[in-house]
Amino acid sequence: MKSLKIAAVVAGIFASAAVHAQALIKIDGSSTVFPVTEAVAEDFQKSKKGSVRVTVGISGTGGGFKKFCRGETDISDASRPILKKEMEECAKAGIKYVELPIAFDALTVVVNPKNTWVKQLTVAELKMMWEPGAQGKITKWNQINPAWPDAPLKLFGPGADSGTFDYFTEAINGKSKSSRGDFTASEDDNVLVQGVSRDNNALGFFGFAYYDENKGKLKAVPIVNPKGKAVTPSIEAVMAGEYEPMARPIFIYVSAKSMDKPEVKEFVEFYLKQGGKLAKEVKYVPLGDADYKHALDNFSKKKTGTAFGGEAEIGVKVADLLKRNPKE
Amino acid sequence: MMQAADLAAIRAIITRAKRWDMFFSLLGILSLMVGVLTFTVLFVDMAIQGVPRLSMDFFTSFPSRRAENAGILSAWVGTVLVMLVTALSAVPLGVAAGVYLEEYAPKNWMTDIIEINISNLAGIPSIVYGLLALGLFVYYFGFGQSILSAGLTLALLILPVIIVATRESIRAIPRSIHEGSYACGATTWQTVSDHILPYSSAGILTGVIIGMARAIGETAPIITIGALTFIAFLPTAPFAGDPPAGLFDWIFAPFTVMPIQMFNWTSRPEAAFTVNAAAAGFVLVFMTLAMNGLAIYVRYRLRKNIKW
Repeated sequence: MKSLKIAAVVAGIFASAAVHAQALIKIDGSSTVFPVTEAVAEDFQKSKKGSVRVTVGISGTGGGFKKFCRGETDISDASRPILKKEMEECAKAGIKYVELPIAFDALTVVVNPKNTWVKQLTVAELKMMWEPGAQGKITKWNQINPAWPDAPLKLFGPGADSGTFDYFTEAINGKSKSSRGDFTASEDDNVLVQGVSRDNNALGFFGFAYYDENKGKLKAVPIVNPKGKAVTPSIEAVMAGEYEPMARPIFIYVSAKSMDKPEVKEFVEFYLKQGGKLAKEVKYVPLGDADYKHALDNFSKKKTGTAFGGEAEIGVKVADLLKRNPKE
Repeated sequence: MMQAADLAAIRAIITRAKRWDMFFSLLGILSLMVGVLTFTVLFVDMAIQGVPRLSMDFFTSFPSRRAENAGILSAWVGTVLVMLVTALSAVPLGVAAGVYLEEYAPKNWMTDIIEINISNLAGIPSIVYGLLALGLFVYYFGFGQSILSAGLTLALLILPVIIVATRESIRAIPRSIHEGSYACGATTWQTVSDHILPYSSAGILTGVIIGMARAIGETAPIITIGALTFIAFLPTAPFAGDPPAGLFDWIFAPFTVMPIQMFNWTSRPEAAFTVNAAAAGFVLVFMTLAMNGLAIYVRYRLRKNIKW
């Protein structure tokens, strides 16, 4: 039995070269981007009739970049731009990359359907609820607006490890990860859906797909955009650029080294051509056609680096992002 | 008169003792029910949700963004192959270690320390094994994020269970059988291979199954070493493909397992995926039950052959 096992290991080591020769595209990263990448991978493999293999993991945006910068993956899914520290890691390992926006996610603020008082929310009102100073102090709805009832304010949100939390805190409180701590946090958005749908006084936020699937149990709150217009989240509103500042672009990062592999090049081109349609199918918001073309152009010109310089930005247009000269 | 009074006192003692007996048996039944009912409720709930979803397609389809097309092919194949690697590595190592400790090891402080450590190993959180395996198997040995790494990780995890079960079942063999064998001039190895192993194999098997049943549901260490979430192909079968693969290429293949597939489905927004997760859970529980059933059957067959 034991000698058989040793033989197995030895034989396997010698034979492993054959496995690596087969076309394999390795993708890892954000759970937010996963549904889009999964859909693209599924259709791409079908169109290639299985001659190319694609694997998609969920390590989170940060975990994905760690593997990416060690050269373990070809493509990294990211729900936020690459950070300075991660840029340094990649540079140290000599990994260059092309940053491609592939869709939008609309952060959706939801309340219970029985909540009759909230008609819309401004960023300032959301800040009153969520800023670190509100901890233990802002506990009732009428503290935000005297017209609202004297009822407890129950807050639900994603955990501090999620990119959704990072973006929301950046957009509302002005600083990533800066938030009150006394709210019900869960990494599983379905838990948040359950929480808000069972409590009349609840308010929560998460990605649009979770709202869209649970429309009967939740009510989306229109957010007043910088132009002073209250906008209900929808695919159309995000595409029109009106759902600000709560629409965020999501990205894939393609390793420049992997771009030399024909299957990776073909996959990314497939992604940028079919991605819009597939994103819509999994309830994400596609970019404009011109943006996909521009992204494709940047990809074929191998414009490596990031348009952000290692920090998140709120309310930046994808068209402008793609025009920027990326930094490494 | 005296006698009648004594009799009454004795009867009272007996009644009281019987009442306690009754009370304890009720308590025992209640305790049993906590476990059994929990399992039944969970299982029935999962079955009601999941069983209607079970079809041939569910077993032969890869994961998909459309809940109705999604299946568990890559997940159940992954689980079976990982379990195979786990069993093939943990059983020989665990049994050999158990036999050595029981039959060969000198009784001194070193052995005592080793014994204490093995018992402690069983209590280490599984994520720690995952982290160890990430450093050791995935990077240092260069096995990568493969079925081999996962199988070896789970093997480490269940090794203490198998060692302890092996030792316990060896100790259950009457001492006279040892003595008899040695008295006839047998070496230790002859005693072990002709008597100890055959007689203890039923008990060892139980330990192996308990260990495997634990390993099959483990998620944390497998995620740590890098199991994937979306994978729509199977490891290459031996001698298949172009160029032809070797006999053991599959152990280096990327993979996913059932609990990870379930976890991914429960975190999806679409309710239909929750049904998929319930169906996958039902299959996983059924796999465990089947493994346990097989163990009971084999144990029964082995016990019948023992004549002492």
